[in-house]
Amino acid sequence: MTTYGRGLRGLSLAAAATITLALALVFFYAPLDADQGFIQKIFYIHVPLAITALCGFVFGGVLGAMYLRTGDRKWDIRSYVAIHMALIFGVATLLTGTIWAKASWGHWWVWSDPTLTSFLIVMLLFATYQPLRFSIEDPERQSRYASVFAVVAGAFVPLNFIAVRAAQAYVHPRVLTLAGGNLPGSMRLTFLVSLVGVVLLYVTLWKYEMAAKSTRMQVRALRRALLGEDSVAPLKRSAAPS
Amino acid sequence: MSLTVLASLPTAVAPALPLHTAGKYVAGAYIVFLAIVLIYVGIMATRLSRTERELIELRRDVEARRAAQDDDREREPVT
Amino acid sequence: MRTALTVLRKDLLLELRGLETLPAMILFAIVTFVIFHFGLNRDTIDGQLAAGVLTVTLLFAAMLGINRLFVAEREQGGFDAFLLAPVDRSALLVAKATALFLFLVVLEVIAVPAFGLLLLGPSLGPALPGLIAVLALGDVALAVIGTLVSAIAVQTRARDLIGPIIGLPLLLPALIGMARGAGPLLVAHGSSTPPGRWVAILALYDVVFALLSYAVFDFLLED
Repeated sequence: MTTYGRGLRGLSLAAAATITLALALVFFYAPLDADQGFIQKIFYIHVPLAITALCGFVFGGVLGAMYLRTGDRKWDIRSYVAIHMALIFGVATLLTGTIWAKASWGHWWVWSDPTLTSFLIVMLLFATYQPLRFSIEDPERQSRYASVFAVVAGAFVPLNFIAVRAAQAYVHPRVLTLAGGNLPGSMRLTFLVSLVGVVLLYVTLWKYEMAAKSTRMQVRALRRALLGEDSVAPLKRSAAPS
Repeated sequence: MSLTVLASLPTAVAPALPLHTAGKYVAGAYIVFLAIVLIYVGIMATRLSRTERELIELRRDVEARRAAQDDDREREPVT
Repeated sequence: MRTALTVLRKDLLLELRGLETLPAMILFAIVTFVIFHFGLNRDTIDGQLAAGVLTVTLLFAAMLGINRLFVAEREQGGFDAFLLAPVDRSALLVAKATALFLFLVVLEVIAVPAFGLLLLGPSLGPALPGLIAVLALGDVALAVIGTLVSAIAVQTRARDLIGPIIGLPLLLPALIGMARGAGPLLVAHGSSTPPGRWVAILALYDVVFALLSYAVFDFLLED
């Protein structure tokens, strides 16, 4: 029985420290960008959020594959939480992205931006994850179908980016693909620290959510063991595995 | 006078923060990020208090059950 | 393989005798062309706009077929019968995807000339070889993803709704490939070979998702 709370305090402290350091670097160390000016600072929060969200979706797919392989429900719960967290980070990405778009190009949404468009498509796909789970009542089948979805959707993420990038004009500041060359050292350091901070935040929140779910399940199991089957109220139909 | 010195301190330390309209957008983006994290913390807090309540109920129910069992045992006729 | 052929034959025979899905798909496509004529207020369209209209129309006609793909199995116990038989379960995927692919081919044999007649400005002839290649690759994508999504959707409560909302985002790269691949073909004096980049993307998409669906389909059929 894994305890998700173990190591959680250290992890969250590490995440908090890294993010604080990143913020300090962003506002006090990183130089101003030549063409975008102060607006460019959004890059240091928007891109790490995007990368983390996408990796979170792929991670959710891997966890779903583990469930299909082993049949052990704990993998399904892990997959669900991974995708749930990635969705939250994805919303944050889209919001910060539109703010950046408005500030840079004057519109709240620009189609000519391949990264934002690919991201929107991925979000539209994963937005169907919970309705799908909710519409299947049998818990075992729900876990199985959700894992199949997670695997297929996780594989979809890289393909989608290839396709959309090929389709659109390169208006989005292609800082990352030029990451080898174009990012000056001080910016690159700041970016990396931000990235590490956001990834640590994701892992912390994932563990936190898993610990909360695990605790709730333990309480129910304890109640069932001590007081008998019928003292536990049956769970309502839900999208979350329990 | 000291207040104005203090107020100008961040800009003196930080490399040229042009706080025209750009500042609002950058602030907005970071505030969005912060708000989302804090909202999540708030939701988790609600969950935690619910779990705490469930545990308290569980404990109360177990003790009630145990008290009832003790009563039954006391009331059993001695044969 | 023989199982797949048997199931395929059954599905094709059912459709030939019943003739429900295919005529509906064809009719839907042609009516959509008329709607586009009025919606866009144009007599003829060409180039990328034409490619987009054609792709979208074929997509939504395909959705009709996809929604109905497993309904017979679900309602008449075909799934259980299939599970009981000592056959390779992925054969069902192969059979259904092939059936859907063939339906799409028949749909396009009628709908594309209709499109050439009703809406397309430049003549269809020179564009045809390239267009057939692009549409064929696109049909494979539609067939594979459509079968996968239909198999998922048929076991849920919100059957008709889940299929499209999962399928459409998944299909987007393939649709982009179809539309952008066909765009340069549908121009007057356009090229007759589709741009290589889009053919490559469509082919990559087809291979990846065909393999993925084949690997994953078993888990959808377990009892």
